[in-house]
Amino acid sequence: MMEIYIAKEKFPGFVEKLMGQQRVFGPVFQGQYHEFAELKASDEIDLSYQNTRLSPKGLFHPHSERMFQYSLATGDPEAGIVKEAPKDYSPRVILGIRPCDAKAFRLDDANFDTETIKDPWWTRRRASTILVGLACNAPCRSCFCTSVGTGPFDPAGLDALLIDVGTGYVLQAVTDKGKELAAGLAGGEAVAPAMTEQVAQLKQAAEAQLTIQFDPKAIADQNMLELFNAAFWDEVQFSCINCGTCTFLCPTCWCFDIQDEVCNDQGDRLRIWDSCMFPLFTLHGSGHNPRNVKLQRVRQRFMHKLKYYQDKYHGGVACVGCGRCVKSCPVNIDIREVARLMSASCVCPA
Amino acid sequence: MNNPYLPYPVRVESIITETEDRNLKTIKLVFLNPDDEQKFQYTPGQFAELSVAGQGEIPIGIASSPTEKGFIKFTVNKVGKVSSYIHNMKGGEIMGVRGPLGNWYPWDLLEGRNLVIVGGGFAFTTLRSSIVYMLDPANRPRFGNIDVVYGARFPGLLLYKEELAAWEQRDDIRMHITVDGTTDPNWKYNIGFVPAITKQKAPSAENAYAIICGPPIMIKFTLPVLTELGFPPERIISSLEMRMKCGIGICGRCNIGTEYVCKDGPVFTLEQLSRLPNEY
Repeated sequence: MMEIYIAKEKFPGFVEKLMGQQRVFGPVFQGQYHEFAELKASDEIDLSYQNTRLSPKGLFHPHSERMFQYSLATGDPEAGIVKEAPKDYSPRVILGIRPCDAKAFRLDDANFDTETIKDPWWTRRRASTILVGLACNAPCRSCFCTSVGTGPFDPAGLDALLIDVGTGYVLQAVTDKGKELAAGLAGGEAVAPAMTEQVAQLKQAAEAQLTIQFDPKAIADQNMLELFNAAFWDEVQFSCINCGTCTFLCPTCWCFDIQDEVCNDQGDRLRIWDSCMFPLFTLHGSGHNPRNVKLQRVRQRFMHKLKYYQDKYHGGVACVGCGRCVKSCPVNIDIREVARLMSASCVCPA
Repeated sequence: MNNPYLPYPVRVESIITETEDRNLKTIKLVFLNPDDEQKFQYTPGQFAELSVAGQGEIPIGIASSPTEKGFIKFTVNKVGKVSSYIHNMKGGEIMGVRGPLGNWYPWDLLEGRNLVIVGGGFAFTTLRSSIVYMLDPANRPRFGNIDVVYGARFPGLLLYKEELAAWEQRDDIRMHITVDGTTDPNWKYNIGFVPAITKQKAPSAENAYAIICGPPIMIKFTLPVLTELGFPPERIISSLEMRMKCGIGICGRCNIGTEYVCKDGPVFTLEQLSRLPNEY
């Protein structure tokens, strides 16, 4: 593995150098919370953060995005013809993303980047981005990444991983893109054996703070119809207020709506995050709604993440254990508890 | 890279009113670029997103048959913003079409088989596409007997009336047109609900597949009749509707369990549906 050490006093210079080559995004403290934003100055990045309140999915799948544009001007021969909108796909680095959030992009790839259909905006942004992660030395109490096939030091979704060793960062290159980035780095030093040992200890200590909460495979092994018809959904959905906070914050909730917006004689076709928590999400033009009641919508969210996704793509659950939904749910619905209910051996109603 | 969300521009060739209640109109569209027509290679059973700049998109079954060249046709029920807007469009106006989308009736399996087609109300659009396709002289020898049970509440609600009358005259398709009721003394076809007429005409299940599209209540009461006639679930085929946006299995709303109706459907056999949650 290719790795180098960057002393903390040299880190701003490293960020600055990157900013001279491409766009750089990182965790920035804004208002009350951290969020991922394009850096305007190298000292804006704050790697002392725990995690962002909102997942960084918007970096690839913005909350609202112009898909197309068109003219509706009378006399315009092109009026009514929907056209591509210009977008910035110039190279960029996302610096300091948590391993769980980076892994989420991998899971989302199964939806946006398939053999037959490729979402053009998602795939082009993915291709033009280098992901440099920041290992979690101190996971939150609501974190459960090791239960869902990732971990606080998991390099799986990353091009390179930074590990905070106190005086500086160890940068481990994961992919070719990551190696290239590390190779072009001035001021990096070799990693001493003692430091390699320290990294291993940090990893072990972080993982030790996380207990296994449930087994995704036990859910994969359940019968889909039995789970769907299980009696426990009534209890799970009872306190839910369908606010949609969970889906809004979740790094693997990608559902979106498509809407047209017109101002004077110029129009845009937009895609905007949507949520399975809302009745309108599935309302037919006829008035019929297959997920008309709250129980159906709550069940859809958990079944999709923990069962349907596993059955469809065979790549584990669509959850990275970031704990955002656990932390922010106003009525304390906990996906870890629901997952345990779903993995119990007999869930069929009497 | 082809952008799967980008509609092909099309010109409205004509719009005709299909039903007496004026809720259903058939819109005929012509591609602005001939190359786009070449790219839009569809198979009966598929649908497309009709796109109107400034209004939005709606998923609608393709009512024309690939054997009909130079245009595509859709029958649109007026239920919301986009469909109401389309109802008021005029010949010559520009809109868009995105597709073809979804799977199709399993024509490779249907080859050499007898076909029983059961339709009700306005769910006759992709069935019309299928019938026109099978009756094409190049295709007709590929299929056995064709029985069609098609019903509406009253005669004025039947779609494609001239074609129905023409098919009645042919000897290579058995038409069983029916209405729930009528006061028309000259009505020369059947009177009765679709399940009852299906039972009465009793098309044989031997070497046959059934394709059934219609309102849920019709499907609910026709399925037991088909079962009684000897059709096993894997030889009963249906097409589902769902609220859709992307039409390509990405936006996440039209799933039934693991399956997206837009991409993995809309055509499913009864056997496939029996393995999925009953949430449609």
